[in-house]
Amino acid sequence: MSGWVIAFGGILRREVLRFARQRERFLAALVRPLVWLFIFAAGFRSVLGLSITPPYKTYILYEIYVTPGLCGMILLFAGMQSSLSMVYDRETGAMRSLLVSPFPRWFLLGSKLVAAVMVAVLQVYAFLLIALIWGIRPPLVGFVAVLPALVLAGVMLGALGLLISSAIRQLENFAGVMNFVIFPMFFASSALYPLWRMKESSLLLYHICRINPFTHAVELIRFALYGQLSMLSLAVTAGCAVVFFAATVVMYDPAKGLWRGKRVAG
Amino acid sequence: MQQSAASNAAALAVVGVSHRFGSVEALRDVSLTVPQGSFCALLGVNGAGKSTLFSLITRLYDSTSGRIEVAGYDARRASRQALARIGVVFQSRALDGDLTLTQNLAYHAALHGIGGAAARARVAEVLALVGLHDRAAARVSTLSGGQKRRAEIARALLHRPQLLLLDEATAGLDVRARADVMTLVRGLIATQGVSCLWATHILDEILPADHVVVLHRGRVLADTTAAVISAGQTLAEAFLQLTGLPEGAA
Repeated sequence: MSGWVIAFGGILRREVLRFARQRERFLAALVRPLVWLFIFAAGFRSVLGLSITPPYKTYILYEIYVTPGLCGMILLFAGMQSSLSMVYDRETGAMRSLLVSPFPRWFLLGSKLVAAVMVAVLQVYAFLLIALIWGIRPPLVGFVAVLPALVLAGVMLGALGLLISSAIRQLENFAGVMNFVIFPMFFASSALYPLWRMKESSLLLYHICRINPFTHAVELIRFALYGQLSMLSLAVTAGCAVVFFAATVVMYDPAKGLWRGKRVAG
Repeated sequence: MQQSAASNAAALAVVGVSHRFGSVEALRDVSLTVPQGSFCALLGVNGAGKSTLFSLITRLYDSTSGRIEVAGYDARRASRQALARIGVVFQSRALDGDLTLTQNLAYHAALHGIGGAAARARVAEVLALVGLHDRAAARVSTLSGGQKRRAEIARALLHRPQLLLLDEATAGLDVRARADVMTLVRGLIATQGVSCLWATHILDEILPADHVVVLHRGRVLADTTAAVISAGQTLAEAFLQLTGLPEGAA
């Protein structure tokens, strides 16, 4: 077996083992969107009226509308969790052992990203299964068609998480990521409400939501879940994934990266 | 060309290396050589630049100027070949406390492209080498400080490196565990033929015949044997005289 495959397998296995050891992490990842689905969506069902907009061909309940957004929410939090774990590993020194591997840094970072995405996608499927039992029933083909969309959206958000991790110097600063990245990305998107609703309230906010990459990740998932493809969302999500990952590789590069600025004692 | 040069080159050659962190000069024109199969102590107080030098050798970041070669391979231009020949034990922990010793070592073997049966055999071999074969299934968080250090050394040996870098490997250990680690490393040099750069600020770890490089405020102040540095005094006295540090600093 090629050394590259072995190295990727090792990184993936570690990610899965760590996830399996931290059952509370799995529960937390599931509880968060389920609370939104069971409580928030039920409360807003009667408040928010939804017109017929693609990919939906009829009037839908708010729970159905919000489900792809909650899938995106799982991926968004997973991406930031992976970023947090990179910062933690850097603080404790564990990341050094990864970076002194003879494999190129882009490959090591990419493997870590893909491994984290695979774990995150499993969480999304667990959520979709519970949503199915709750009565959210997209067409069966959607469960297969959504897989590449989840992977691409996961890669984009995971790459963003890695990029953020390269710029954060201390674990304590991570709270800022919640305030300045996760919340704005999530709320200024089409995850919780259709953009035409936002347009009615504020044109500026509408445009902000339109350029938010998370909106396109959610729309990619929404269309795929109904067996359709949104070309614009695909292009924006893929483009952002490439840009975020390329920037991450530069930031972690020994010669160019800002990461090297962190001084160690001794 | 470089491939053939690697067979008889020094395990480590650092030539005129300087490095800055912004306005702070961490290393200035540092040069040292570690011949194959030898022990070299890098002696310096905290902040001397030892960890920075290790970070440059392992290419965590690149030096501002100078050249580093590992077994004849340029650390910057042939980083893959150079890193494949280095086993490193950092000052801070690298093993995952939630995973077992075997799971940790299998992960690190994979990072060097060693998998399957070869990895299982090598993990068993290095665990036996460091005397931890009976703790293979134990979670790393349950190991004692000394055992964790030996586990780190086992991790560093997995891919049969030519050069072992140990950064304050005995920090935080009691006298007995410290002596065990020292005996283990000196034994590895004798039996496995690895070379070792041992960064420390503990003078007791250095024997009179050891090759010592004294690093202070980012500069090399001496590069010879401990006996020559001492020159009739204790090593502690000679070190204080050399560095100009007040008594009690060594």
